[in-house]
Amino acid sequence: MIPTLKRREHVLSVAAAQQARLHELPLATTFEQAAARAGHDPLCATTVEILQINVGKKCNQTCRHCHVDAGPERKEVMPDLVVERCLELLEQWDVPTLDVTGGAPELHPRFREIVARARRLGRKVIDRCNLTITQVNGFTDLPEFLAAQQVEVIASLPYYAPKQTDLQRGDGVFELSIAALRRFNELGYGRDGSGLVLNLVTNPVGAFLPGSQPSLEREWKRELARRHGVAFNRLYTITNMPISRFLEFLVDSGNLEEYMEKLVAAFNPAAVDGLMCRNTLSIGWDGQLYDCDFNQMLEMALPRTIFEVKLADLERRPIQTGAHCFGCTAGAGSSCGGATVSS
Amino acid sequence: MDTYYDPKGLKKFGEIGKDAPELWQKFQAWYGAVFADGALSEREKCLIALAVAHTVQCPYCIDAYSTASLEKGADLAQMTEAIHVAAAIRGGSVLVHGVQMRDHVHKLSM
Repeated sequence: MIPTLKRREHVLSVAAAQQARLHELPLATTFEQAAARAGHDPLCATTVEILQINVGKKCNQTCRHCHVDAGPERKEVMPDLVVERCLELLEQWDVPTLDVTGGAPELHPRFREIVARARRLGRKVIDRCNLTITQVNGFTDLPEFLAAQQVEVIASLPYYAPKQTDLQRGDGVFELSIAALRRFNELGYGRDGSGLVLNLVTNPVGAFLPGSQPSLEREWKRELARRHGVAFNRLYTITNMPISRFLEFLVDSGNLEEYMEKLVAAFNPAAVDGLMCRNTLSIGWDGQLYDCDFNQMLEMALPRTIFEVKLADLERRPIQTGAHCFGCTAGAGSSCGGATVSS
Repeated sequence: MDTYYDPKGLKKFGEIGKDAPELWQKFQAWYGAVFADGALSEREKCLIALAVAHTVQCPYCIDAYSTASLEKGADLAQMTEAIHVAAAIRGGSVLVHGVQMRDHVHKLSM
């Protein structure tokens, strides 16, 4: 398992250093200019339809592309006051979806309580699951809990074969992930008519863009069924963002400039409308608010914290943008729900 | 760059359309249709393109379809098998021409 940037005291463990590295790139255009040409000058939010809460940076894995720089030794955990305020706003604002992420969000000591309370409010709950957490002692009953709560599981699996998966996510991750997926399937997840949704996420294992989501989904379904007897609902293709450990990979491999040029060249004006920052509020472990999880990791916070904010502050707010935003507008677009433009 | 093949040349591919835009547009439309999902998937088509790229020994095409194959969901094992197919056809093609060689030799020989 690779150490986190933070443990290595790497220069890119500091958000300002990441921003500076991106800012100095000689790109053909800025994101703000590109968005303006697409009719968004400035890019603004619509309404808050998803509360995405990052409950902490602790994770049982250290994936090479992780934009959170999550890992086992990370100490950031959402405190009780912030948890309570998140649930309070979820109720007050009538936001339909709670998206729980991390790190491995299940490692938060109140994860199950958060899920259960949000479900009692009638909200859709999404768990962004790394799969292997369900194979760790003390967490093996997670699939049953998630099924009982009818939580939508969005699970990471970059490839349907071991080599690429383990390259990105760590040795042995593929085998554990398949075991986890089989357990989810046994409970009805990913099976027609069960109502239990299991969606997979694939990020490219390297400095290239994801392919067509529908085409890859067909391949993934066929190959996961054929090779491993695994079923799932949807495949989400997500572009790797030039942030944190993927930024480190881009720099070390000499791919940074070319990758960014590729993102800029692949800018798709049609992807701007569906940007997730427009209908999502990202909440950090400490109660800071952000336009998205990527801005969160770059510490591009909104002016008010979760304790001060009002819904009116958020609707139609200008989105904070930077060069990294080209990651969400390249090709068919990219978001926490996969591609944003139909191909 | 003082070589016949400049890696940056691929990015200038569109310049080929400057003096024959209608032909270029037709080529682009046809090219796009060829590589769309059909009876073969995008991934399978990319692997064929990668194998052909090696056969025609086009460095631009090799770079482009190495990336495209990854993007379309192929892995290095699939890509390596694809170029073995190309190599086998190349090798087989040489050997099967040996029949012509043998026929010619037999005609001349006593």
